[in-house]
Amino acid sequence: MIKTDAIIIGAGPTGMFAAHQLGIIGLKCEIIDNLDRAGGQCIELYPDKPIYDIPAIPECTGEELTNSLLKQIEPFKANFHLGQRVDEIKQENNLWILKTNKGNIFSAPNIIIAGGVGSFEPRKLTIKEAEKFEGSQIFYSVTNKDLFQNKKISIFGGGDSALDWALELSKKNEITLIHRRTEFRGAAHTLSEIKQKEKDGKILVKTPYNLKSIEGDKTMTGIKIENEDGSLEKINADYILSFFGLIMKLGPIAEWGLNIDKKTIPVNTETFETNKKGIFAIGDICTYPGKLKLILSGFHEGALAARACFKRAKPNETYRFEFTTASKNIHDRLGVKK
Amino acid sequence: MAKITYISHEGKKNTVEVPNGLSVMEGALQNNIEGIDADCGGSMACATCHVYVPENWYDKIEKIHDAEQDMLDMAYEPKKNSRLSCQIIVSNDLDGLEIITPLKQT
Repeated sequence: MIKTDAIIIGAGPTGMFAAHQLGIIGLKCEIIDNLDRAGGQCIELYPDKPIYDIPAIPECTGEELTNSLLKQIEPFKANFHLGQRVDEIKQENNLWILKTNKGNIFSAPNIIIAGGVGSFEPRKLTIKEAEKFEGSQIFYSVTNKDLFQNKKISIFGGGDSALDWALELSKKNEITLIHRRTEFRGAAHTLSEIKQKEKDGKILVKTPYNLKSIEGDKTMTGIKIENEDGSLEKINADYILSFFGLIMKLGPIAEWGLNIDKKTIPVNTETFETNKKGIFAIGDICTYPGKLKLILSGFHEGALAARACFKRAKPNETYRFEFTTASKNIHDRLGVKK
Repeated sequence: MAKITYISHEGKKNTVEVPNGLSVMEGALQNNIEGIDADCGGSMACATCHVYVPENWYDKIEKIHDAEQDMLDMAYEPKKNSRLSCQIIVSNDLDGLEIITPLKQT
């Protein structure tokens, strides 16, 4: 069991800056995120898109912001626990005990939920039978490409993931690349490679087609795809790989007894505490009159939540407000050399 | 101001007045109309305000951009007449617009 002062759920910009604020006031924290890297929506949804409303930063991309925040919190050595989701929480006296889907257990008097719109999950195929073959013949990511040798693989999607895997797996397999419209979205050289492979007969490109049905009882034997004009075509397939991006799901947070209003958690704007003592919510996931879903609001919310955590983490100490410019304590915590 | 009719997947109609300048997505959210999630808040970074626009209206609204089309690839069951409702801005010209929300967004 990992014991700390505060557990932050969500490694997006808001969660990371909350870690900074906790560090500044001398509290330790652990950060948990379902994605396998820090950055949240900034890194998953718009790593290359410029953001223009971070105070004092005229322009930066989602990736640059993430990297700057990681650097900013470096002195506090917050531990990141990535690729795992908090599944359960329970209360023991004044402490919250959290358990992730990887079996890690944490204990702290404070939880800061900075979960954005929820945890990212792959968007799945909408055909009912897809569930039956998920994990055996249908995949939403590739973890072991050695599985695919001399197989017939149908790849769905029109973006980089679909295109890159079509190219990679076409070296040893028969690939059908299926997309709902004729345009693909990818780097120019990727698109020209796909065209070349299509010409060479290495990749069969099917557009504009959608998945219509999945065939096979115990094992999937093939699929039917439907053209925009309504005509059907049968494709033999040992595997389906589907890349329709990520969706955000609130997930287990909804079952923790927190008040929830339209996928958001109402908070007290003095402390950003929820209806549960010691559980705070900041960033896109919290709501209050006037709430703005901006990164800069998340920073403010994290700063206040961190101060509120102090009382529960160090009940016998008095919190004293200090500026980073002048405080020797803070300089020590930051490792500032004179 | 325009009267916008949101039609659910089951055919339930909900007509509301939406001020000019708001998006069709915002019109739904402000009037508590179900079927539009808008997880990213209108930054065209998700595809959870996806709607279908009937043929008679599709060509009357401002043309779709590539980035929106790319994002629609990630929507739940996108069709030829799919749009992101955060990208449809309400004006007097859209008075009477009908849109259909999909079975679900995620």
